[in-house]
Amino acid sequence: MLKRALYILTVITLFSISNIVAQEHHKEANKDAMHNQHGEEKLSIKEQIKEDIKHHLHDSHSFHITKGIEFPLPVILWDNGLHVFSSSKFEEGNGVVESNGNYYAISHGNGHIYKTDASGKIEHDEKGFETNEKPLDFSITKNVFMIMVVGLIMFLLFSGLSKSYAKNGGIAKGPGRFFEPIVLFIRDEIAIPNIGEKHYKRYMPYLLTIFFFIWFVNLFGLTPLGVNLTGNIAITSALAILTYLITTFSGNKNYWKHIFWMPDVPVFMKIVLAPIELLGTLIKPFALTMRLYANMFAGHVVLMSIIGLMFIYKSWVGSSLSFGLAFGLSILELLVAALQAYIFTVLSALYFGMAVEEHHEHEEAH
Amino acid sequence: MEIPRIVGAGLIVIGAGIGIGRIGGSAMDAIARQPEATGKIQTAMLIAAALIEGIGFAALFAA
Repeated sequence: MLKRALYILTVITLFSISNIVAQEHHKEANKDAMHNQHGEEKLSIKEQIKEDIKHHLHDSHSFHITKGIEFPLPVILWDNGLHVFSSSKFEEGNGVVESNGNYYAISHGNGHIYKTDASGKIEHDEKGFETNEKPLDFSITKNVFMIMVVGLIMFLLFSGLSKSYAKNGGIAKGPGRFFEPIVLFIRDEIAIPNIGEKHYKRYMPYLLTIFFFIWFVNLFGLTPLGVNLTGNIAITSALAILTYLITTFSGNKNYWKHIFWMPDVPVFMKIVLAPIELLGTLIKPFALTMRLYANMFAGHVVLMSIIGLMFIYKSWVGSSLSFGLAFGLSILELLVAALQAYIFTVLSALYFGMAVEEHHEHEEAH
Repeated sequence: MEIPRIVGAGLIVIGAGIGIGRIGGSAMDAIARQPEATGKIQTAMLIAAALIEGIGFAALFAA
């Protein structure tokens, strides 16, 4: 009874920490609005909240956790020559960095790096899009850094788990053993039913990696670090492109036959079906990216808007109700984090299964 | 000026809601008939729900 209460208290504290850290950010933003670095007048609180949410959700060239813990990340550009410098150089001076004769500045609108002249001016066309030239940007931004951190964590966790099997004769010991039932679940409920006994082993590494990567990255997005990896369409589309490449390259003759020349239908239908099926192969990975991206992005936006609501209602009742709603939504986000990883993995397994399916005779309908 | 957009978003949510509601309903019926198949039915229900939500979110983004 007491132990249970202690568990619940720990969970509540952990969630409150992330909300409270978000509040700290907001308070700083309120103070900064007094002297905005572009010299504009003080923004209304709604616009401040929008700025803050944008700051949380978009990639950036420095890693800013809370007030004080902040470190700049290296910027690596290729612009007819390699330019490497630390992104802290963008802070000093007036935002223009000079490197081997070229000048670069970060645009305030979308955080990308543009090539400018010595004054650091970025031109905008009539729709508001930046028109300066962009160098090829290979920087280690916040997202890249987090991918490397998650990769390292996964590597250490699972190599430790596999070593413990060797040491303890088939029984897993140590912290990694929490993941053994999950790995077995992926093998028995996702891989074998969809891909079949004969071929599932070839795809298991990819399915396991995808599942744990998406799950851990979604969980990191819920922490107060302010990282938002899967809410970035570049990352989800990269994962979906990987699935698409694996399906295409492992498709056997039966698979291609089903796409271009569907057996057992009249010839006229075959010609109609071919472009539709071809489009289907492209739409399936597209749906994978959009599903993961929109789920995670929308979840983060809604959650942070509700936290921002706490500041718009400067009363006891409104703020505490908003806090409660944000807390409840955070718990739902936990479920969504795992669910999205599961769905991505299941659909990838389904596509692989369709790609390696053997031909089996269809009985007559009557 | 934004009315068509808002109406479109509302329609999308109605569509997704009806779809997932029907799946949930038939899943409940199936579980009531055969409680021992609950695990499989839950899995299938989640997959179908996620597919529908995928379309819903993608369309919501376009609107």
